[in-house]
Amino acid sequence: MNQQDVKITIIDRDGETHSIAAPTDMAMNLMEVVRSYELAPEGTIGVCGGMVMCASCQCYVLSDTNLPEMTDDEEAMLSEAFYVKENSRLGCQIPITPETEGLEVELAPES
Amino acid sequence: MITTDILIIGAGPTGLFTVFEAGLLKLKCHLIDALPQPGGQCSEIYPKKPIYDIPAYPEILAGDLTAKLLEQCKQFEPGFTLGERADTIEKQEDGSFIVTTNKGTKHKAPVVAIASGLGSFEPRKPLINNITDFEEKGVDYMIKEPEVYRNKKVVIAGGGDSALDWCIFLSDIASEVTLIHRRNEFRGHLDSVEKVQELKNAGKINLITPAEVIGIVGDEKVNAVVVKQAQHNEKEIEIECDHFVPLFGLSPKLGPIANWGLEIEKNAIKVNNALDYQTNIPGIFAIGDGNTYPGKLKLILCGFHEATLMCQAAFQIINPGKKNVLKYTTVTGIDGFDGTRKEAPKAVVKAID
Repeated sequence: MNQQDVKITIIDRDGETHSIAAPTDMAMNLMEVVRSYELAPEGTIGVCGGMVMCASCQCYVLSDTNLPEMTDDEEAMLSEAFYVKENSRLGCQIPITPETEGLEVELAPES
Repeated sequence: MITTDILIIGAGPTGLFTVFEAGLLKLKCHLIDALPQPGGQCSEIYPKKPIYDIPAYPEILAGDLTAKLLEQCKQFEPGFTLGERADTIEKQEDGSFIVTTNKGTKHKAPVVAIASGLGSFEPRKPLINNITDFEEKGVDYMIKEPEVYRNKKVVIAGGGDSALDWCIFLSDIASEVTLIHRRNEFRGHLDSVEKVQELKNAGKINLITPAEVIGIVGDEKVNAVVVKQAQHNEKEIEIECDHFVPLFGLSPKLGPIANWGLEIEKNAIKVNNALDYQTNIPGIFAIGDGNTYPGKLKLILCGFHEATLMCQAAFQIINPGKKNVLKYTTVTGIDGFDGTRKEAPKAVVKAID
């Protein structure tokens, strides 16, 4: 684990828990981390490439990690998504930073 | 039966540029796309977003890129089968293929180029347990023929541009239009939002927000929808209607192509990137975002390159053994199938006194 890495926990769509090291110095977001570790099949996550236009990277935040506020775009997209819960966020809108150390999320079902 | 030289599955940027490159080799193309318009993702998902990595375009909107590609390939007269999904492929004895769409349209070509990106776009269906029972019986995920709704009661659900635009359009056609959205804010072009506000004030559209359709009532067809209003948690109301149109966007699915006998890896089609982007089935190529090979990058510009090399291989399949040399458009110009000719202006030779 590099010094720039943070530890995050991702529960995939099959319920399997992955504890992974995510780099904070690569301008990555959570959706990209899921893709780079191939925790969801290609084509089922990050479909729009991170433009807040598809909600395929929806996840449920399980830890009380301090995350950036939702933008209007994210809120609007989630209002049209399915399986939305109180703790839903879009992975593409969660940048990996030192503050995300210990983040724990579960991927929402594919829709 | 539609016949052509190269049958292209997918009318996104890679498919459209294929028409141009094939045209330079005097090969005709026909494109099939599940969406009602060409451009693929660029037109459907992000037409107003800028792209910064198209060579020579410091910035171009995705919708404008589609328009430019259509303009560039226009003289090669591509055929289009739009709003239909390529479903089956059958190899013929003469080596050609017949591709049939979900609507039964048949296409025959010696070469098939799959440029299907992430797959064909299918509407996202809301999680209402009996919704599939009412498909084509009042539930429509896409509006194809607005006249169907004349003098009918229509409920539209969704909060994006398509929900807003169709509400506005149908307010003149349907006897009653109700728009239901989970929150008070809509995400659409400002003028669409303002127009809906206007129509609501004029009593031409019923607006129910924040609310959600949670059930469908009817025997043979839709008679009403059950709506749950967020601020009255217990309260459910029924709204009488002939049509329920949920517009929650589209999501791409690889779909029937998965059953064509092609080698698939990570939801993409494996190709020979050392040579010509051919798949494991000779005569079928895969180019653009829908293929995979070591080092693959899903970029429009990579799709353009793959299309160009693929056309050279297609030429050899269609014209076996024929000699072919690379021609530069600057030198030879472009002869369109429509009789037009583009060429560099001749230099003027004039003496200087």
